[in-house]
Amino acid sequence: MGKTVMEHSQVRSLSAVKTGEKARLVRVNASRGLNSRLASMGFVPGVEITVVSNGHPGPFVIVIKDVKMALGRGVAPKIMVN
Amino acid sequence: MKRIVVGLAGNPNSGKSSLFNVLTGAHQHVANYPGVTVEKRQGSCRYQDHEIVVVDLPGTYSLTAYSLEELIARRFVLEEKPDVVVDVVDASNIERNLYLGTQLIEMGPPLVFAFNMADLAQRRGLVFDLEQLSRLLEARIVPTVGNKGEGRTALLEAIVQTAQEGRKPRLHTVPYGGEIEEELARIEGAVAQKEKELAEKYGTRWLAVKLLEQDEEIVAKVEHREVLDVVDKSVRHLRGIFRDEPEIVMADRRYGFISGACQETIRNSVERRHDTSDSIDAVVTNRILGLPVFLLLMYVVFWATFALGEYPMRGLEWFFGWLGTGVSGLWPAASESWLRSLLVEGVIAGVGGVVVFLPNILLLFLAIALLEDTGYMARAAFVMDRLMHKIGLHGKSFIPMLIGFGCSVPAIMATRILENRRNRLTTILVIPLMSCGARLTIYSLIIPAFFTSAWRGPVMWSVYLIGIILAVVCAKLLRLTIFQGETMPFVMELPPYRVPTPRSVLIHTWQRGWMFLKKAGTVILGISILLWGLAHFPRPAAEQLAGLDKAQAQQVALEQSLMGRVGRLIEPVIQPLGFDWKIGTALIGATAAKEVFVSQLSIVYAAGSEDNTDVLREKLRANYTPLVAFCILLFSLISAPCVSTVVMTGHETGSWRWAAFQFLGLTVLAYVITFMVFQLGRLWM
Repeated sequence: MGKTVMEHSQVRSLSAVKTGEKARLVRVNASRGLNSRLASMGFVPGVEITVVSNGHPGPFVIVIKDVKMALGRGVAPKIMVN
Repeated sequence: MKRIVVGLAGNPNSGKSSLFNVLTGAHQHVANYPGVTVEKRQGSCRYQDHEIVVVDLPGTYSLTAYSLEELIARRFVLEEKPDVVVDVVDASNIERNLYLGTQLIEMGPPLVFAFNMADLAQRRGLVFDLEQLSRLLEARIVPTVGNKGEGRTALLEAIVQTAQEGRKPRLHTVPYGGEIEEELARIEGAVAQKEKELAEKYGTRWLAVKLLEQDEEIVAKVEHREVLDVVDKSVRHLRGIFRDEPEIVMADRRYGFISGACQETIRNSVERRHDTSDSIDAVVTNRILGLPVFLLLMYVVFWATFALGEYPMRGLEWFFGWLGTGVSGLWPAASESWLRSLLVEGVIAGVGGVVVFLPNILLLFLAIALLEDTGYMARAAFVMDRLMHKIGLHGKSFIPMLIGFGCSVPAIMATRILENRRNRLTTILVIPLMSCGARLTIYSLIIPAFFTSAWRGPVMWSVYLIGIILAVVCAKLLRLTIFQGETMPFVMELPPYRVPTPRSVLIHTWQRGWMFLKKAGTVILGISILLWGLAHFPRPAAEQLAGLDKAQAQQVALEQSLMGRVGRLIEPVIQPLGFDWKIGTALIGATAAKEVFVSQLSIVYAAGSEDNTDVLREKLRANYTPLVAFCILLFSLISAPCVSTVVMTGHETGSWRWAAFQFLGLTVLAYVITFMVFQLGRLWM
C-alpha cells in the first residue's frame, strides 16, 4: 500500500499537481463523511489520479479509474498524493 | 400470477433510469419516499406469468449512513426485502461501479447484475469473460443497452430465475484480509450472542462489517454496551495497525477484491484516449467560456419555456375563456345565479389560471430532460458551483431558481434534479423570492401609476434585485440554522456525453406534466372554490344594490364578503405598512394567484373592467403615495406565495409543515421589511 511509497517520495496536496501529470493517492484529510464518500467514488490509497485540468482558478478536473470527475473548491487541497 | 418485487440499484450515471424505462415502459408512477424529499419511481411489467414490480432506488456510490439517499436505498433492500435486487453497472467503468455491488453482495439479497451500456464498453475495447465473473460474484450477469432497449428479455429471465431460487448462502464473502477478518469474527461472535434479533434480521457478517465501519444507524440499533465495547476495541486496534479509519481500509479492500475479479475476467485492448467528450469539455468547462456557454443554454431553456410556451398558453387561455363564456351563456344575461359565478369565476377561472401553465411545464421538463440525458447538467452544476457554494447551495440549484422568474410551480418541481435533501429543501423554500411572471402584472399596474418613465426601469430592476438578494440571504441563513451540517464539498462525476433517446426524454416530460395536471384538478381546484366563496359570501341584501351600476354592485358585494371583512379586520395590522383595508383585501385575494391582486383592487375601487387599467391607476394615484406604492411592490414580491406554490411545496417536500413554514416565514419577512421601508421612508418624505 501507499506506506512504502511514501518513504521514497514527498507527499504533497493534489492542488500542487500540474495539468497532465499523474500522482498516486496517499490519504484524504477530511471529515469521516467526505472521506467515506470519496472512498466509495474510488479515492482509495494507491489509486492513480490524472489531473486533466488544474484550474488556477477555474475547474479542477481529474480522471480516476477511467472516470472523469470535477472537484469543487477546497477538495483538491485535502487530497494528499505523491 | 406471481408478483416479483425488484429493487433497481446503481451508481448515478449508470444508465439506471433508462433501463428502468425499458423495463416498465409507461407503466410507472412517481412519488416521494414517505416524509422525505427523495423521489420514488415505481413501475411494473409482465413477463410470462409474472408481474414484475420495479422500484428505482436513488442512484448512489455506496450504502453508508452518511446520506439520506444511501440510507433509503439500503433500507429498501434490508427492510422491504425485495425478491431480487438488480445492480445496474456501467460496463465501461466496471471497477468503480462494482463497489456498490460488493456492498449489495454483503447484504445478501438475491442479486442480478445488469452490465449496462455494453455497446459503449465494447467500443472502448473492453472484453468480458462474463461466465467467470459471474462465478466470482456469485450472481447472474446480463449485458444490456438501456437506451436502445437491448437485453430486456434476458434481464427479465434472469430476474425470474433468481427470484425462484430465493436467498441462498454465499460460497465466498468479500475478503478484508487477516487483521480485519479477525476483528470481524470477534464482532460477529458478540453480535450472535447478544443481539439475536438484529443478527436474525440483518445477518451477522453484514452487522459486523457495518459496526466496524462505525455506521451511525447500525451502532444506534445495538442495545448491549458489551457489543459496542468489543467494536471500540477492534476499531482502536485496527487504527493502530493501519493508521487510518477501518472504514477507509475496508473500502480499499473492497476495491482490491473487485480489481482481483476484474483482472481475471476483463481484458482492455485499448488505452483510454482523448475522446469527443474531452473535446466538448474543453469548451463547456473552460474557465473563460464555461460561464457564457452555460448562460446561453439557460437563456435558451428560459426562452423555450416562456416564449415558445406562450402560443399554446394563449390557446389554452382562449379555451378557458370560451368555456367560461359558454357556461355563462347557459344562464340568462341578467341572472345573478351563484352557481354560474361559482363555475365561471371559481372553477374555470381558478383551475384554468393554473392549467394554462401546462405548456410551460412540458417545455421546461423537456429541456431539463435533454440537459440531463446528454450529460451537460453535471457540467452546468460544476460551472455554477463556486457561486452557489458561497450561499450554501449546490451548483444545480441555479436552474430551479432561474425558472422561478417564470413561475414558482415548475421551479419547485425542477428541484428534483438536486439529489441532496438539505439543498433541495433550501432551494424550494427560497424559490418564491424569485419574482415570478404573475407578479409582473402587479408591477405593471403599480409602477406606471406612480413613477415617471425615467424611474420605471430602475424601480422594476430594484424589485427583482431585492428578491434575489433576499433569496441569497435566506438560503445562507437556512443553511446556517435549520439545514445546518457539512455542505458536502463538491465532487461530481462528469459522465461521457450521450445522445438522449426520445423515449426516455418523452416519458420524463410526460410524467411531470401529468403530475402537474393532477394537482390542478384536485387541491388547487378545492382552494380556488374556497377563495371564490370567501370573496362572494355573505352576499349583500338586494336593497343595498338598488340603483347601483355593475361596478358599484361588485364593490359593495366584495366589501360585504368575508374577504372584504377580513381585509377590514387586518387593517390595523397592515396600517404600519402604509396599507388600508382595500389593499388588504386585494392582498388576501392575491394568495389565490398573484395576478388576482389587480382584479380585486379594481373591484374595490369600482374601477370597472380590468382592461381599462388607466381608471384604476388614476384612483390609486389619488389615494396613495409613491412610498405606499413601493411598499405594495415589496410586499407582493416577498409575502405569502400563491396557493399553487404552497400546494407544490407541500407535495414536493412530502410535508405540509414545510409549506406552512414557507408561507408564514415569507409573510413575516415581507411584513418586517415593508414595515421598515415604510416607517423609514416616512421620515424622509
